[in-house]
Amino acid sequence: MPLYEESVHKTLDRIRRSKLNAFITITGEDAIRTARGVDDGAVKGRLAGMTVAVKDCITTRDVPTTCGSKILSGYVPPFDAEVVARLKKEGAAIVGKTNMDEFAMGTTTESSYYGPTKNPWDLTRVPGGSSGGSGAAVAGLECRMALGTDTGGSVRCPASFCGVVGIKPTYGLVSRYGVIAYANSLEQVGPMARNVSDAALLLDVISGHDPKDSTSVGEADGAHYTDHLVENARGLTIGVPKEYFGEGTDKRVEDAVWNAIMKLNKLGADYREVSLPHTKYALSAYYIIAMCEASSNLARFDGLRYGLRTGKDENWHTTFSRIRAEGFGEEVKRRIMLGTYALSEGYYGKYYLKALKVRTLIKRDFERAFKDVDVLAAPTMPFPAFRLGERMDDPLSMYMADVDTVPVNLAGVPSVSVPCGFAGKLPVGVQFIGGFFDEPKIIRTAYTFELNTDFQKLPGEF
Amino acid sequence: MSDVIIGLEVHCQLNKLNSKLFCGCSTRQQGLEPNVMTCPVCLGLPGALPVINKKAVEYAIMVGLALKCKVAEHTQFYRKNYYYPDLPRGFQITQYDYPIASEGVLTVDTDGEERTVRIRRVHMEEDPGRLVHQGSIETSKFVLVDYNRSGMPLIEVVTEPDLRSPKEARRFINKLRNILEYLDVFDGSLEGALRVDANVSLKGGSRVEIKNISSYKGVERALLFEISRQHSMKRRGVKVIQETRHYDDERNCTITLRTKEQAEEYRYYPEPDLVPLSVKGWEPRLRASLPELPDAKRERFKVQYGVSDNHARVMTAEIRVANYYERVAEKCEPRMAATWVADCLKGELNYRDRDVKDAFPPGKMIYILEQLKSGAITDKGAVEVIRTLLDEDGDPKVIILAKNLAKVETNITKVAVAQVLKENETAIRDLRAGKIQAFNFLVGKVMEKTSGRADPTEVNLLLRELLECT
Amino acid sequence: MAISVKDVQHIASLACIDLDAEQQERFAKQFNSIMEYFKELDGLNTDDVEPTYHVIGLNNVFREDAVGESLPQEEALRNVPKQDKGYVKGPRIV
Repeated sequence: MPLYEESVHKTLDRIRRSKLNAFITITGEDAIRTARGVDDGAVKGRLAGMTVAVKDCITTRDVPTTCGSKILSGYVPPFDAEVVARLKKEGAAIVGKTNMDEFAMGTTTESSYYGPTKNPWDLTRVPGGSSGGSGAAVAGLECRMALGTDTGGSVRCPASFCGVVGIKPTYGLVSRYGVIAYANSLEQVGPMARNVSDAALLLDVISGHDPKDSTSVGEADGAHYTDHLVENARGLTIGVPKEYFGEGTDKRVEDAVWNAIMKLNKLGADYREVSLPHTKYALSAYYIIAMCEASSNLARFDGLRYGLRTGKDENWHTTFSRIRAEGFGEEVKRRIMLGTYALSEGYYGKYYLKALKVRTLIKRDFERAFKDVDVLAAPTMPFPAFRLGERMDDPLSMYMADVDTVPVNLAGVPSVSVPCGFAGKLPVGVQFIGGFFDEPKIIRTAYTFELNTDFQKLPGEF
Repeated sequence: MSDVIIGLEVHCQLNKLNSKLFCGCSTRQQGLEPNVMTCPVCLGLPGALPVINKKAVEYAIMVGLALKCKVAEHTQFYRKNYYYPDLPRGFQITQYDYPIASEGVLTVDTDGEERTVRIRRVHMEEDPGRLVHQGSIETSKFVLVDYNRSGMPLIEVVTEPDLRSPKEARRFINKLRNILEYLDVFDGSLEGALRVDANVSLKGGSRVEIKNISSYKGVERALLFEISRQHSMKRRGVKVIQETRHYDDERNCTITLRTKEQAEEYRYYPEPDLVPLSVKGWEPRLRASLPELPDAKRERFKVQYGVSDNHARVMTAEIRVANYYERVAEKCEPRMAATWVADCLKGELNYRDRDVKDAFPPGKMIYILEQLKSGAITDKGAVEVIRTLLDEDGDPKVIILAKNLAKVETNITKVAVAQVLKENETAIRDLRAGKIQAFNFLVGKVMEKTSGRADPTEVNLLLRELLECT
Repeated sequence: MAISVKDVQHIASLACIDLDAEQQERFAKQFNSIMEYFKELDGLNTDDVEPTYHVIGLNNVFREDAVGESLPQEEALRNVPKQDKGYVKGPRIV
């Protein structure tokens, strides 16, 4: 059998035998067809024949797109998201749609209607979320790269828990057209891969202005992030935000992150402590904004034009209320209602508007820091992957896990998470955060760090 | 009706745009099958994103300028969140704070008095889809939805509660419609192009909102019904509840819709998928591009063409009539042209409930007036030609021949007059006895004899001459 | 202020989601503890701070008034569960 076709077959085999439950839909035939095309020479491009997985909140033409939810079961979109179109243009062999927390609301992928995804490093533990399927698939060799979405850490968290690389780009760098929205002022599609080079390549392909997305910018047009895969830390100043360390952070995580900073220091980078004083308010601000936006973004799911439509029709309000009750999981219902509450008469100023003002302060914290330093280094997650089921009954404790990731989304700045050590047998990630459109700097930092360390590992036999 | 307080919210489709407000679907709405003019954006498919039509913003600013509004420094779209089957996203993209224009005025002529109606705001929003009920909205067992209309660009003009009667409201809407057609942003003759919500109260009473008024005549009728309903309640000592009522055009009444008990909470917030607009800088260019508006055109007609105020008003009440008139006035004597366009043509069109755009082209009117001027046809003949052209179309020259409308020669008229006098001695005697009606009788007889083709003025003259001689 | 079960009912109605009595109780409890956590923002003075609605600061993004392609009727209706002669069929209003 020809080279690429055989390789894709191997990958599909692995997916089918997998215990990870990383995929909701497998698009084997399409992938094989593309691989054949590459072997024939008919299909070319920067991703020619490479296996890529796509998170199931990203619209794919003629392929079911569920957002991990029962309410979208059976929904087959008539169009591709812009990022998917760009993947196809570059010859990617898309192997399937990955599992996720329902509507991207979560940190563990446990809220998916299609069952939880397991962490390849320990099948009793969560892979992180909400792009847990993408993270696990990459770590479990079920694809070479994957697309996730990061609203409050949903690419970086699974990257950290699964020991892979994940990038949350600057807001506006990557088109959101076709990305089913959870919180539209916060989210970006982000690449996930086993190394910085592949992640940078994928970022090259998906980034750049899209006229169909009014919030997309042209800063990446013509940019090649792969040009910044340069092993050089000299002249870099690393800021260490003190608010991301200390109480609540696992000691092993702190140690691993500090080791990373020291390593870069040895390689020629300076480092100093900085302060982002409003960090402690970020979690509240994030959740208020995200829930408010979600309550509106999910209002279109009423069973009328697509998705779940069960039972007898009574009047519209009763019918839609029943369908939504049946189709949405607990966490989604919780966030829709809290968001509805926070936007309603009398509460708008107290919650939503207030959160947006806090957002300004957090954004300013970063701007101030970047006047003195090039990149920030901090833990991606305050602890390694916890056990399945551990936090499901306490939503607030689940939300707290996002404490290190959400400030980045509020500010709109880019961040890359790379493996930097282990807590026992579980991977730990460090995130390098940059200013607006400073992907080149953080990629260079991550690449230099990766080349000089040995944390790029695979989770054993699969 | 001086205790009546009316405010209007007028929604006008910018149907002169090529594409919808946030997507590239065509704005053509006539004669379509359901759900053929949609795309992921206006269908609200998950993941699809809106992008603002630049020309729609320009049109909105022009409307604001025509209504003497202040154009906003910064303007922003908002989400209005509510659930309804015609709303595919579960929210409507509209404007809330920072509308595109505000604080304008429009004067309305009510029975000779010019009243000023303040415009609170002009803003942009998208149309939802269209619901079709089986029977009435209350009895239908299901609802059918057509999303062709979803995403159509709308201008909403909101007045202060300055209107004082249903008639005034109708005049206001007519004038507004006229201005929009002058600006060429809107064609009011298309179905669904204009919809009105009205707020009505009696002094001291609660305000009732009436929705679903979709015609100009409907506005006056709906308001008359509602005011009468409120007056009747007041007389009986029953308090009017503040509520939203639905206007049923077929039964000409307003009804309470028992949908939800609680007031709608729209949870407005700025649309995250659309960035803010700073468009004040467009104002000079757009102001310079404004066409001549109705009031200015009316005054110019009076000065340039010397026509009466009444004729000027009639002809500038619709841009198409005004343009028609000016084409005719280019070639014919303006005051004569005014009479024939404003009185005759417009009258005949009104009678047939038709728009001037369905009438024959100005060139044919010019021909008719030239024939009239040269004496080839009479007034009556001209009217006949006009009616025939409207009902059957054709060539005026051919019609004149075919219907034998050429004015008869004076000789023939003389002969007819002489014959009539000979045959109607009783009438002559009556006339000399002082019965003035007998003269008209004789004129009529002459017209009969000449199959209506004699020139009445000539007949008059000749009759008098001959009667004096006898 | 505490969120009561009645509040939860009102919110659920606004959000168009059916909840049974047990869910209403549970959500009321959870909402209270979550909103309690959000209270920490009250301590932060933001009187002179402008809200950030759009983080990148873009302005004036438009498209030209050009007609693009619409979906053919079958594609538009492809996922519609209940249809009738090209219309989307839905539950009655009243």
